[in-house]
Amino acid sequence: MKIESERKLLSGDEAIALAARHAGVALGAGYPGTPSTEILEAFAEYGGRGQWSPNEKVALEVAIGAAFGGARALCTMKHVGLNVASDPLFTAAYTGVTGALVVVTADDPGMASSQNEQDNRRYAVAAALPMLEPSSSQEAYDFVFRAIEISERWKIPVLLRVTTRVCHSYTTVVPRNVPVEVRPGDYSKDIKSRVMIPAHARPAHRRLRQKLAEMLAYNESCDLNFIVPGDRSVGVITSGISYMHVREALPTACVLKLGFTHPLPLDRIKAFVDSVDRCLVIEEGDPYLVDAIRAAGLKVEGKPESFRFGELDVPRVRRIINHDLTPEIPKPTGKPPQLCDACQYRVVFESLRRRDCIVAGDIGCYTLGVLQPFEAMDSCVCMGASLGVGLGLRHVLPEAQARRVVSVIGDSTFMHSGINGLVEMVYNPPPTGHVLVILDNATTAMTGHQEHPGTGRTLSHEPTNRVVMEDLARALGIKRVFVIEPRFGTSEFDQLLGECLDRKELSVIIARRPCILIAKQLKQYAAREEAACECDTKPALCQ
Amino acid sequence: MPVEVTNIVVAGIGGQGVLKGTDILAEVALRAGFDVKKSEIKGMSQRGGSVTGEVRFGPEVYSPMVPTGEADFLLVLEPTQVAPNRHLLRPEGVLMTPAEINADELPNKKAINVALLGVLSAHLPMNEQLWLASLREGFDLSFFEANKQAFLLGRNLRAKANP
Ligand SMILES: Cc1ncc(C[n+]2csc(CCOP(=O)(O)OP(=O)(O)O)c2C)c(N)n1
Repeated sequence: MKIESERKLLSGDEAIALAARHAGVALGAGYPGTPSTEILEAFAEYGGRGQWSPNEKVALEVAIGAAFGGARALCTMKHVGLNVASDPLFTAAYTGVTGALVVVTADDPGMASSQNEQDNRRYAVAAALPMLEPSSSQEAYDFVFRAIEISERWKIPVLLRVTTRVCHSYTTVVPRNVPVEVRPGDYSKDIKSRVMIPAHARPAHRRLRQKLAEMLAYNESCDLNFIVPGDRSVGVITSGISYMHVREALPTACVLKLGFTHPLPLDRIKAFVDSVDRCLVIEEGDPYLVDAIRAAGLKVEGKPESFRFGELDVPRVRRIINHDLTPEIPKPTGKPPQLCDACQYRVVFESLRRRDCIVAGDIGCYTLGVLQPFEAMDSCVCMGASLGVGLGLRHVLPEAQARRVVSVIGDSTFMHSGINGLVEMVYNPPPTGHVLVILDNATTAMTGHQEHPGTGRTLSHEPTNRVVMEDLARALGIKRVFVIEPRFGTSEFDQLLGECLDRKELSVIIARRPCILIAKQLKQYAAREEAACECDTKPALCQ
Repeated sequence: MPVEVTNIVVAGIGGQGVLKGTDILAEVALRAGFDVKKSEIKGMSQRGGSVTGEVRFGPEVYSPMVPTGEADFLLVLEPTQVAPNRHLLRPEGVLMTPAEINADELPNKKAINVALLGVLSAHLPMNEQLWLASLREGFDLSFFEANKQAFLLGRNLRAKANP
């Protein structure tokens, strides 16, 4: 592989992908989610092997397997994805890895496109994992190499924590000019490290704490943290994108910029605090740094509680510095998104509204059904929740209300974590039955049209096996499974929904029509597949 | 430092080429040798929501976001998006809207983003060759002639107004 080491303008996501490629990462696995989605897409574009898994937990497990096999692996997800993947994450900290494992968590302070603004730096502490936080695309690029180095040295997964502004801002990157070839895996048996029965896990936990102690010692003098010399009357401790806002808001101050933020180099921090007259900690989101620094007995100023909410920017950082608590002028909101005019979901939501259904909803474009004129969604918690929440409602509501409850989920979300809910529906059916509507638009539209197991195409849009949701539902023992195309100007969908609501049985309605925004691409894929079939090597996929 | 950084915000709604416009602008500044940062909020732009792209360039740029009230130029592709973005502009900043362009002179209506880049370019230090090179490479080559025409229409507006 050739690298041109000229200056490029890359997003943080692209920089991570390029570094993974240049560092010889053998496998990238993940699940789409803003602001992380572009990492694996770019990784595949740069020639890496990137694949979407049905959800983040599976993606992390695949990456753990690759790292057990001695390869370098990358796993990407948005912040809430790490909740889904937290089970393997915590125990992979115990097992450790043989190759390298970098887990990217892309947080979304301010919720540009998320259902919460959780601060995943807490996961590094909870799972006892090392964490790096880049603040530009150049650092995102460099830190991937450093994360791999740390992962291989201590045989441990490393969290690379980025935020929306790092992921989606384009800043200059000069790539390294010595690329590493992908190193194939090679298995070596290591039962005591990898089989976490209590007898193995007890010493593994001690090993983990020992590794952390060693990494802490390393971090105390590590160049991932550095001091910007300046006026010692005010010192600022910061990390991630906040560093950039600080440099602009306080160009003359002395700054301790932390890049390796767990375990925290508290001796170094103490030396810095002692060297300045007034010391401020400026961080986005939770008071993660400031709490840890204060717990170490150091006197530093944090930010007022109101700055826990939303993103920081230069004006907000100025306010923090100046103790300015005057009310912030809310930013004018732009035009909110809405369902496309020709979106077939409109037919479904119109029917749900007309029938006054209680809609346990889910996350995707279709969440826009909550807006006017439909207002046909009554809950949206996390991906896959529509099934469980709908079932819970059916179990406790009086019959007349219970019979109006419908769960509505998108196709990608169904593959992600709706399947488990469907199993629950079969296993614990409410006395009034239940109705599930799967909105199958043949794509993950919300995050920019990614493939998923139900589309029969890989991340790079190449043909692969397809998981057929109606077959799956029938195989689970559900008798009433319908596939229908929701069409404007007809009452077919509405009638079917009415009929399902009338029965006290389990029904699954698959409302299937490809998203209009990808009509052109779908035609191209179909043409490509047809051409490939004629001379083909994989007839099993050509049905 | 802030004085040496030029701040530009491009705003519109999904499908208008806001992000393409900021791409071209950032690329031109990069090729001119500046430090450049470009920020965009994508969210659900495809579903017709608001889209803004921000470009900052200068000898050294820190924050990728244009601070409220510090934009030197605000390009708005859709009249409804002026109000939600005006607070970004500094008091002496310049607002540019499609009203400045005679739509009949455009080779096609979609090229309004490029025409406004042309208007903007007349205020910036980067030379015409750099702009045209980025326009040539940034789009499918078949669009180049139309884009060049749109760009020059915008770029020469001021010259025309004050001959
Ligand atoms: C755990 C988790 N991972 C990822 C996301 C980001 N995300 C929100 S909805 C969605 C999928 C939407 O696809 P689909 O269900 O097919 O609905 P569509 O947008 O196509 O209507 C994704 C990936 C999330 N919110 N939570």
